[in-house]
Amino acid sequence: MKGSTKEESFNVSEFIMHHIQDAHEWHLWGKDSSATSIYLPVILWDNGLKLFNAKHLYHGEAIHIEGEEPVHYTVGTGAAKGYALCHEEIYKIKKGGLQFHEGHPTNVHPMDFSITKNVLALFIGSFLLVLLMVSTSNFYRKNGAVAPKGLAKFLEPIIVMVQDDIAKANIHGGKHKRYVGFLLTVFFFILINNLLGMIPVFPGGANLTGNITVTFFLAVCTLLITVFSGNKNYWKHIFATPGVPLALLPIMIPIEIIGIFTKPFALMIRLFANMTAGHIIVLALISIIFINKSEAWGLLSVPMALFISVLELLVAFLQAYLFATLSALFIGAAVEEDHH
Amino acid sequence: MSLILPDFGLLFWTGITFCLLLFILAKFVWKPILNAVNARGQKIEEALLEAEKARQEMKALHAENERILKEARAERDVILMEAKSTSLAMIEEAKNKSKLEGVKMIEAAKKSIEQERNAAISEMKSTVANLSIEIAEKLVKETLSSDSKQKQLADQLAEELNFN
Repeated sequence: MKGSTKEESFNVSEFIMHHIQDAHEWHLWGKDSSATSIYLPVILWDNGLKLFNAKHLYHGEAIHIEGEEPVHYTVGTGAAKGYALCHEEIYKIKKGGLQFHEGHPTNVHPMDFSITKNVLALFIGSFLLVLLMVSTSNFYRKNGAVAPKGLAKFLEPIIVMVQDDIAKANIHGGKHKRYVGFLLTVFFFILINNLLGMIPVFPGGANLTGNITVTFFLAVCTLLITVFSGNKNYWKHIFATPGVPLALLPIMIPIEIIGIFTKPFALMIRLFANMTAGHIIVLALISIIFINKSEAWGLLSVPMALFISVLELLVAFLQAYLFATLSALFIGAAVEEDHH
Repeated sequence: MSLILPDFGLLFWTGITFCLLLFILAKFVWKPILNAVNARGQKIEEALLEAEKARQEMKALHAENERILKEARAERDVILMEAKSTSLAMIEEAKNKSKLEGVKMIEAAKKSIEQERNAAISEMKSTVANLSIEIAEKLVKETLSSDSKQKQLADQLAEELNFN
């Protein structure tokens, strides 16, 4: 069809990247200026607090620069005057616009504390988690040590599983009690955000646990707990590994020190990559319909996307379990008593 | 926003939210839930242990009952056996005694019969003797009633003597 070439061609990678990355709006449907979105509050620290609605950025003056590397950005109007939005990032405008170098803006960022899509998803997930868990704990507070009912019946096996199979199994000598709270929180935090991420529309769909910032923070928590609860035995194994000849220590010590960081680094990458990959696959499968511009392809892509979605449900639990288990394993190694 | 670079704003909010979440959940949720669940687990374990103990006790009691019953049965058997043998012995003894008594009685009867018979015989003898003496007396009286007869007898006797 000749007519279709005139229409803006469907850019799969842009579409997918837009969905798995953070944004200052929560896009619902529609395209560009006619889109229906929830515009989120922008909070900037730029020689003082600046607070405005992201609508002023999205519906600002759109600028397209054609060239070797075409770029487009929007300049904020109204309350957002002086700022521009390019690839979902806020820049300070210099000389009436953005300056580009190899397709990337060279302008400075203001400190961006905006309630972005991921931040809102974080709030929603956390709020839901507190709601679920407080009503569960109220059951026990009211009824004492009785057989669980309702929500408690559903959540109790998971909580007990985290306590027994994750914390107790990896952190020995009764020391798990100090860490079980962290492990439970991490487990349920990841789980609920994984599951919310699988809902295609608001309040789900944000790729929070597939965001490197979130997984970075969680991995740092594990790292800090590991390092600060490491006992003499743990440090001895790093700086004077028993059974290793003295001459090898100059090699071993750097390796062991790198090892302290690679473990949580792997945690960070694993969760990020798994969740992001899951979102990408589902979106790519759905994109087949739009690439081929035929609903008939839905017969292929919808069952496949459904299959991957069901798989992602499993992955949601699995990744939460893995993160908590590996964290427990690292903490367990740090507090292990000497057996030699 | 970059895919693989941490974003400061999100990090800031994640940090605050997660720490708050950790605080709220650890203090108001995990602690009471785990306490309740673990207390219940302990309670169940204790109850199971107690039930097992009770079961064992019941078993022991049952075995004890069985043993007592068995003993009682054995005792009863012994008593029955004893009674049987005693009764048999008694019967035997009674039999023997009665036999002996019978023999004795027969013996005594025999003796008294003998005595009676002897007495009868001796009486009969004396009666016969008396009768014979009477007859003889009568005969003698008859024979010697006249002189001729006396003479005849004397002759006869003398004749007999002569022949000897």
